[in-house]
Amino acid sequence: MTDEARVDWEAVIGIETHVELQTASKMFCGCPVSFGAPPNTTVCPVCLGLPGALPVPNEAAIEGILRIGAAFGCELVSYSEFHRKNYFYPDLPKNYQISQYDLPLCVNGSVEIETDESSSTIGITRVHMEEDTGKSLHVGEGGRIADADHSLLDFNRSGVPLVEIVSEPDIRSAAEARAYGSEIQRIVRSLGVSDARLEEGSMRFDANISVRRRGDEEFGTRTEVKNVNSLRSLQGAIAFEIERQVRVLEGGGSVVQETRHWNEATGVTASMRSKEESEDYRYFQEPDLVPLEVDDAWRERIVASLPELPSARRSRYRALGLDMINAGLLVDDAALGSLFDDAVAAGADPAATANRLTGEVVAYTRREGVGVSETALTADHLVELGTMVTEGDLSATAAKDVLAGVLAGEGMPRAVAEQRDLLQISDLGVIEAAVESVLAEHAEAVERMQGGDMKPVGFLVGQVMRATGGKADPKAVSELIRSRASSET
Amino acid sequence: MPVDIDIAKVAKLARLELSAEELERYGAQLGDILEHAERVQALPTEGVPPTSHPLPMTNAFRSDEVTGSLDRDDVLAAAPDADGPYFRVPKILGEEVEGDNG
Repeated sequence: MTDEARVDWEAVIGIETHVELQTASKMFCGCPVSFGAPPNTTVCPVCLGLPGALPVPNEAAIEGILRIGAAFGCELVSYSEFHRKNYFYPDLPKNYQISQYDLPLCVNGSVEIETDESSSTIGITRVHMEEDTGKSLHVGEGGRIADADHSLLDFNRSGVPLVEIVSEPDIRSAAEARAYGSEIQRIVRSLGVSDARLEEGSMRFDANISVRRRGDEEFGTRTEVKNVNSLRSLQGAIAFEIERQVRVLEGGGSVVQETRHWNEATGVTASMRSKEESEDYRYFQEPDLVPLEVDDAWRERIVASLPELPSARRSRYRALGLDMINAGLLVDDAALGSLFDDAVAAGADPAATANRLTGEVVAYTRREGVGVSETALTADHLVELGTMVTEGDLSATAAKDVLAGVLAGEGMPRAVAEQRDLLQISDLGVIEAAVESVLAEHAEAVERMQGGDMKPVGFLVGQVMRATGGKADPKAVSELIRSRASSET
Repeated sequence: MPVDIDIAKVAKLARLELSAEELERYGAQLGDILEHAERVQALPTEGVPPTSHPLPMTNAFRSDEVTGSLDRDDVLAAAPDADGPYFRVPKILGEEVEGDNG
């Protein structure tokens, strides 16, 4: 499946992203926010919607959404209100969701995205605060709503702070949608407000997709795709939907405005027909909550609290000479990135350090199933290791073994190298002696070199390395052999 | 002045099953309320800031502290139906996923 199904069609995509904030307590009550708690153990009168219970907003959640908005360069509005969004569904115990309607906390931001082909700016229309719903489990044949005999409800998630980030319809391909989703995830994670895990539902996407003839100004009829649980399926679902709509239109049909459900297993979207009339949420101001005001001092404090954002870090790493892949890995793994920053600040070479971190270190942490911060590795280790290599104390190969030792907690690189007997021979006299004896044993090779055929050099270097137990500097050995060959001509 | 109002739709959205007589009665009552609102809207309010809440306060927050939850047995005992650790509700109507028609 291709992104742009046909060259003469253009896709227009907008994405709504929901992010659960990892505060200690819920949005409007003191129940804990905890993923995986036994069903219905983190519930109280407020999040169960019991009569008479009154919501009180969690200040940390408001701080969290303002930081998200600020990270997108949104205007943090001076005046904002909560509204009730009314609808009936068993996972919504109050029969309304406290959300925001025409006065969201953050408006008019943007995010820069990059794909292999393009880089573009995607507008952020708004970022608003709401509460999550409970979870329903449909019991019956196949677990489908339509076949279910009854449903079971767990309200642990009910009232968890939920931030909705709404993009402008600025996205033009499935690949851009994926890049957008992944950048939003990076930004949210960099702020430390949510782990933004798609597989656990702490981050969720809904995509609005339409297609139009390239060059047309007007939007086509859109469909909304739900149930997208990974970045890969976000891309897959959108690519499928673009293809489907183009096929419908080219076949002379018209796209029906509807909600469609992405099926991960079959890789298709299917119509989710609602028997209800068009949705009418009858929003009105939440009478139980007073308005929100963000003054200049609060706004400044929020902006000042922002960490270096992923795009800025990526540019900084690129400017240090790192390639896209290494820069990306260091941005995506905050602990790895900060180890890199500390090592470089202490004098380590950026490129070599990045290669070690994204190479051996990442391989080790994946193998062991740990985070880099759980290993023994520190910035000091990286600095010393780098110095040992540049000063010729360690070969590139030996450096990897030393790093393995350091990761395993064997101590500082020099100590590990000594312990493992990996230090390179720095005494030129010892290397010269080894070269001499190898040359004496291979007179024929020496003759060939003297005749101008330098092919035997590699073989001879290998012999010297073997004789020195791999601890000679191969570059120095090669130079010695070449100079001997020419000096005897 | 009479206000045009689709009382049947309002009742449906609120999941209320009203008889023809009730529809008429509540429709008239709701109409009175809306007429009152119209009269208020007709007042000159230029320069009067909009009020969304009778309390003259903003930013009533709580700090992010866990204050505890209810006991599950008590919670489920108050529900019409339960199943193990869950609330149990009848089959959910009004929504279904159709097969792919792409």
